Amino acid sequence: MAILVVAEHDNTNVKDATHKVVTAAKAMGGDVDVLVAGQNAGAAAAAAAKIEGVRKVLHADGATLAKQMAEPLEALIVPLMSGYDAVLFPASTTGKNAAPRVAAKLDVMQLSGVIGVESATTFVRPIYAGNAIITVEDNQAKKVLTVQPTAFKAAGEGGSASVETTPAPAGPFKSAFVSEEMAKSDRPELTAAKRVVSGGRALGSSEEFHRVLDPLADKLGAAVGASRAAVDAGYAPNDYQVGQTGKVVAPELYVAVGISGAIQHLAGMKDSKVIVAINKDEEAPIFQIADYGLVADYKTAVPELMDELTKAGL
Amino acid sequence: MKVLVPVKRVLDYNLKVRVKPDGSGVDLSNLKMSINPFCEIAVEEAVRMKEGGGGHAKDAATEVIAVSIGPEQAQETLRNALAIGADRGILVKADGEVEPLAVAKILKAVIEAEKPDIVILGKQAIDDDSNQVGQMLAALLDWPQATFASKIVLHAGKATVTREVDGGLQTLDVELPAIVTTDLRLNEPRYASLPNIMKAKKKPIDVKTPADFGVDTAPRIKVLKTAEPGKRSGGIKVKSAAELVGKLKETGVL
Repeated sequence: MAILVVAEHDNTNVKDATHKVVTAAKAMGGDVDVLVAGQNAGAAAAAAAKIEGVRKVLHADGATLAKQMAEPLEALIVPLMSGYDAVLFPASTTGKNAAPRVAAKLDVMQLSGVIGVESATTFVRPIYAGNAIITVEDNQAKKVLTVQPTAFKAAGEGGSASVETTPAPAGPFKSAFVSEEMAKSDRPELTAAKRVVSGGRALGSSEEFHRVLDPLADKLGAAVGASRAAVDAGYAPNDYQVGQTGKVVAPELYVAVGISGAIQHLAGMKDSKVIVAINKDEEAPIFQIADYGLVADYKTAVPELMDELTKAGL
Repeated sequence: MKVLVPVKRVLDYNLKVRVKPDGSGVDLSNLKMSINPFCEIAVEEAVRMKEGGGGHAKDAATEVIAVSIGPEQAQETLRNALAIGADRGILVKADGEVEPLAVAKILKAVIEAEKPDIVILGKQAIDDDSNQVGQMLAALLDWPQATFASKIVLHAGKATVTREVDGGLQTLDVELPAIVTTDLRLNEPRYASLPNIMKAKKKPIDVKTPADFGVDTAPRIKVLKTAEPGKRSGGIKVKSAAELVGKLKETGVL
């Protein structure tokens, strides 16, 4: 069987998510090719060729692919699928945007956010924001998957796949890129961060939220998140929201400050490797899932934590 | 301008998800079901296009039609949309799980009959977390799409949509008709007032079946089992920040 992995890249570098999706593809068995679709993306294609276990890299380059928008990706990938049994996208906003278009055009159901590959036809994926895990059988002739990169180990470097060029779709398309505004913060992106510091309603105001959490996040090199309660109260913007109706994160370290631990929040962070909870309410549900709980007022606990982190050389 | 808003009935987001002990699925019996939160945002946006507000001119939308595919009780979900301000509803009655591809095919047929200028729907349902219907629908119709929208500005013949993408925001122009899927920041849905809830009861709901549109809803994917996620082992309480940092160093996360 032949599997196509759609690379996550910025035209220069191939992101780690690609290496992880390659691992998921290899678990299905068969030949794994990587598609690098972009503009002036030769460097990214060359980087993809170094991923271990990749048979070949398909490089499509052109103005229509500059922003990897859904319609040109659909136009590019659907015809390529005559040569593949499956196509795997990272479950990034780019992958989630394009994959269902490809699936619909192939008249197949897509599997979203796959976290386990048991065989070429059996997959594991979360539903209800990870509160239930389903094992599914996909016997469709063509398979379209988005893969949760955090669930797989990155394939190594050291491969030397050939790079083949394939034409970019000509267009025109009915959507046009206008502008983008990427977060200028030096902090990592919430869903990809290795460490996350999150605040809840206990912080009491937007000023307090940032006064307390921003320095802690900077010290830890962490992204900042918030509970829905904090977002609803206006302490943090909506894109900070971690939870069932917000973002699902699984960092190595998750520090919950003044978060009680409503079900909907836990759904968004319970797969974090190590969870720390700081809350003055001993009975807060967050302590039931926290690896390390500190029953204390954040007003004293966070400054103390900052001092201890400084002492520890951070 | 006519706006169509598909909505889904799901387990209320505040309720705990319980997996059936025999692994055959999630137990939904006797639990409160609600409109999917992202769908509610879609309805709110459509109604603002009609009423004016949220940056939209009054009467930018002339009619808002809510559509739901689901069991008889999905009527309640439609009533919820009507109480927010949608004008009429269409229920496509289907029992059991209808996969996103089949949902998209049914919606395509509804859209071909209703001819809306814009379709606004939730980016995903909080039950199956598929995040597929909007994109699939756009592909089936050969329409442009703007997913994960945090801002929609309507112009003659096009919409400028700001999207929440990994690491920031992206703004697109899409020619109308188009599909837009909503993200959380787009708006904050209102609480329907009692008079509007009463009014909603009198608004028309048309009832159809997938067969009326010639769509086969037989599932393509077989669910072999449903399991609880791995439980976290109970942690420990630490007495001080110093002890906490010590533990974190031991585990290697610092």
